[in-house]
Amino acid sequence: MLKLRQLQKQKQQEKQQETISSESKVQSSQIRLQKDITELDLPPSIKLQFPNEGDISNFIITIQPREGYYKNGKFRFSVGVTDNFPMEPPKIKCLQKIYHPNIDLEGNICLNILREDWSPVLNLNSVIIGLNFLLLEPNSNDPLNKQAANVLSKNKNLFASNVKSSMRGGYVDDEYYDHIM
Amino acid sequence: MELLGKIGPYNEVADEYDAAASVEALSESKVLVIGAGGLGCEILKNLSLTGFKKIHVIDMDTIDISNLNRQFLFRLKDVGKSKAEVAAKFVESRTQGVEIVPQFCKIQDKPLDYYKQFVCIICGLDSVEARRWINATLVTLAGEDIIIPLIDGGTEGFKGQSRVIFPSINSCYECTLDLVTPKITYPVCTIATTPRLPEHCIEWANEIEWPRIHSTKFDADNPDHVEWMYQTSLARAESFNITGVTKSLTLGVVKNIIPAIASTNAIIAASCCNEAFKLITNCNPMLDDYMMYSGDESIFTYTYKNIKKSDCPVCGNDLKVVKAEKWWNLKEFIEEIKHQKDIQMTNPSLSTKFQKLYFSSPESLRLATEKNLQMKLSDLVGDEEVIVTDPKLPISLRVRIVFN
Ligand SMILES: [Zn+2]
Repeated sequence: MLKLRQLQKQKQQEKQQETISSESKVQSSQIRLQKDITELDLPPSIKLQFPNEGDISNFIITIQPREGYYKNGKFRFSVGVTDNFPMEPPKIKCLQKIYHPNIDLEGNICLNILREDWSPVLNLNSVIIGLNFLLLEPNSNDPLNKQAANVLSKNKNLFASNVKSSMRGGYVDDEYYDHIM
Repeated sequence: MELLGKIGPYNEVADEYDAAASVEALSESKVLVIGAGGLGCEILKNLSLTGFKKIHVIDMDTIDISNLNRQFLFRLKDVGKSKAEVAAKFVESRTQGVEIVPQFCKIQDKPLDYYKQFVCIICGLDSVEARRWINATLVTLAGEDIIIPLIDGGTEGFKGQSRVIFPSINSCYECTLDLVTPKITYPVCTIATTPRLPEHCIEWANEIEWPRIHSTKFDADNPDHVEWMYQTSLARAESFNITGVTKSLTLGVVKNIIPAIASTNAIIAASCCNEAFKLITNCNPMLDDYMMYSGDESIFTYTYKNIKKSDCPVCGNDLKVVKAEKWWNLKEFIEEIKHQKDIQMTNPSLSTKFQKLYFSSPESLRLATEKNLQMKLSDLVGDEEVIVTDPKLPISLRVRIVFN
């Protein structure tokens, strides 16, 4: 243990350090989350709500696109961050039943940076921007709602009118969608 | 012991080196082995055969029949029993004078005081989470001037690494978190609509069907849960004409298991135990501080030193003391922080483990925390640490408030 003693001596010479009890130490995932949240730089069409006082790990995002197929809809997503953040990506779900090729009826979202392309160097901002992009530019390549994807690839006008009627709360292809205007 | 009798040419502490003391240290030093799986079995065997006499081993798992091919301390009759307990008994029965104390529990179940008794901890885990936990725990202890070196081994198929962490002195596990191979995931759209591989079907059952049908969390140790997962995946695979869904693949996918190679475990465990041996006996310089081993494309090892990250959330920012007047409110304290030359923050956000003190953004959090600005600082914070971040700065700051 002589090596350790050497190292320890070196360190003590460098600095006299204050200590803090471990019970009041903040978890590293929370520190990172605090950084991510305060660094958010979002367009005014995106709003955040924190329903639980004191808890920044679970919150709601509301996106109100100003253009595109989903213009003027109010889309709500839940975001949950675990203690393993940023190793694990944030868990995001759509809270409404919406007609979207890349979002299924349970609210699961097909967005690469939320799963297979997530990396700790990404942050909350990139994920939310990605989500916003998905509402502006739905794509038929990664379908989670196959019917919607089919319509989008074959008939853009029909897709647009399907989106409109689904957003008012109504049936598209025998499936009822939530009112989100 | 002959090996320790002569001073080696590379010995770093030749003036102080004492062979007899080294031999004694070996038998007197209490070490902890975390994990009694593939690596753990090797580590326990190596340590006891190199002369360590006082060993604790901790593992929460029980023995599964699939472990028997490489976890050589276990026999068929041991299936279902605690890994730590069986491994401890086996090694004790084979080596004279070795005392191994097994702990059949999670590392998180043990209090901080438990870890203080060890001079060194050797870690052979397959879990990133558990490693992060023990790393953070040891850095915390280092804050109390108890420095317990962590020797960490890890393997993944034909690849592995070993490293030596002197908590708070050199780079810690969290400093290099981006080296960790991410969990294999598949695009959710492939899983949901166009599965091609048996893994896609299992992920579909696991991620889409399970939460839709069950309200409880999936438990990989519950046979009923596993059976459901297997049957559901199998049915899915059949409907897409995909073959290859088996029970062990199902378990492998849901638990994210990468096949373990016995020889990789042996090599990495050997490296870890060598480091423990050198640490205790001072006989030769230690690994400084990371050795990667790759056996999949011929054979290759590379040793280098990681850089201690100044903004590492665990070991990076040393605690900074900021003095405050007893009568200050939070706003006055924030002004103080802004004016401290060595902090240089313009828009700080502050929180403790227990609450958000003030968030400068986003708008909704600013509004929710604004009321705290007028509150008395001493009513909001005691001696717990305060985390201060600023959007403009890449670092976060741990602050301790001392009232005048
Ligand atoms: Zn670190």
